[in-house]
Amino acid sequence: MLESFNILFLEVYKILFLLLPVLTAVAMIVWLDRRVWAFVQKRRGPNVVGPFGLFQSLADALKYIFKEIIIPASSNKIIFILAPIVTMTLALIAWAVIPFSESYVLADINVGILYIFAVSSLGVYGIIMGGWASNSKYPFLGAIRSAAQMISYEVSIGVIIINVLLCVGSLNLSDIVMAQKNMWFIIPLFPMFVIYFISALAETNRPPFDLPEAEAELVAGYQTEYSGMMYAMFWLGEYANILLMCALGSILFLGGWLSPIEIYPFNLIPQPIWLILKILILFILFALVKAIVPRYRYDQLMKLGWKIFLPFSLIWVVLTSSFLLYFNLLPGSN
Amino acid sequence: MIAHSIFFYIFSIIAILSAIMVTVSKNTVHSVFFLILDFISISCLFIMIGAEFVGMIMLIVYVGAVAVLFLFVVMMLNVSLQKNEWFGAERGSSHIPVGIIVSIIIFFELIIVIGGWKFKPNLNPDSLNLNFISEKTNTHSIGEVLYTDYIHLFQLSGMILLVAMIGAIVLTFRKRSGIKKQSYFKQISRERSEGVELIDVEKNKGVKIDV
Repeated sequence: MLESFNILFLEVYKILFLLLPVLTAVAMIVWLDRRVWAFVQKRRGPNVVGPFGLFQSLADALKYIFKEIIIPASSNKIIFILAPIVTMTLALIAWAVIPFSESYVLADINVGILYIFAVSSLGVYGIIMGGWASNSKYPFLGAIRSAAQMISYEVSIGVIIINVLLCVGSLNLSDIVMAQKNMWFIIPLFPMFVIYFISALAETNRPPFDLPEAEAELVAGYQTEYSGMMYAMFWLGEYANILLMCALGSILFLGGWLSPIEIYPFNLIPQPIWLILKILILFILFALVKAIVPRYRYDQLMKLGWKIFLPFSLIWVVLTSSFLLYFNLLPGSN
Repeated sequence: MIAHSIFFYIFSIIAILSAIMVTVSKNTVHSVFFLILDFISISCLFIMIGAEFVGMIMLIVYVGAVAVLFLFVVMMLNVSLQKNEWFGAERGSSHIPVGIIVSIIIFFELIIVIGGWKFKPNLNPDSLNLNFISEKTNTHSIGEVLYTDYIHLFQLSGMILLVAMIGAIVLTFRKRSGIKKQSYFKQISRERSEGVELIDVEKNKGVKIDV
């Protein structure tokens, strides 16, 4: 009995050791996002609280905590309260399978990539629940837009993942990273990386695809009725999802925790640092896109997802598998 | 092992309770949410018996796609306004006999399947010579069987799904007139000569411009 309690405590410790850095990182990248956005527009951005404004997110979080939570009278209360919790939880549990180094991974499961895919496909529920339970027009329209958008782009992300899996031959994330020991997949699958990046923008409702929150049309989309800490949870969940998409992108295409060159000075840097650097680079790209690209129209968004990305990535699946088969490079064939 | 059975009972109790709540709950949208909870706990059970691929696919397909469509239909058609009155209504609902008949049929089907194992032992998957204890992950072994022995059935089911999809699109597709659509090709291939037109306008008479 005591032994199983020990195991339990060890697991809880491990989970906290993963979750606390992730949450801190989420707070920090919110700041980074605003800073990058400001620098592109020749503004200063948040620079008052703490050195370089680093503690801005903490100040914001404090503000949200002390604000009153308003629950609309005609809303469906249970679902209204559940929605931000679902968003936040789903955004965090996906981190369980992300490998930070050869040994440092919380759950090294066989179907890691499917797990991430499944959890991110569940993410749409937080938004639908929030939009529907608010019992108001704008949140509902925003939720429906967002659900349609996320489902559409999930399809193309799934096909892109199939491309990578064809080259790896395993669904385990550590195996995916190890398969890139000789060459990162961004080199042979560069078009897929571009499509993955754009789809990830759409999947996480980031600009230029932030139609669910298009303030000119829908006030704030599904978050309109939310306030205080519940709004902050939506917001944190969204940024945790963005970070997760960056992590997934760097694992699938940028070689995860592998260093770019396996020579002396680069070997000394611990493996998690490389992963974090890659996540940061991808995230700065996300932030730059937010600053420089205008918002899409909704029909253009759907057209892009279904009529351009999906056929293109499907054709690329055929190409990749034919190539691998012709040159006898299929994993497991030799 | 104890932890395993504790989790098994937790998940199965949640699955059964939420399955009951699907039929009992007053609000239709709540029913759909309970259905989703049911799917999730069943996929947890799949993962617990080591069928992680099936469990994950169940999550992705049923919860991530099918249930979202359910939710859309229920929310959009305002079915939620029609209260579910199976148990609250004064006179019994006419749906109950239908439901009972369907559940009895399913129950007997299950009995036939499980009874079949008893009388014909080689139908039982345990007695088949499948190498369950192997180095391969079950994703690998499913793929191996699916794309070799059962390739025709697999392709056939794919074709059936494709036909169903095309059918659904044909049924709902309608050509609407009078809406303006953007055509990238038309926009790009426009030339100056056709874009600008000089017209001599007569005095006190308007000009009709074709758009």
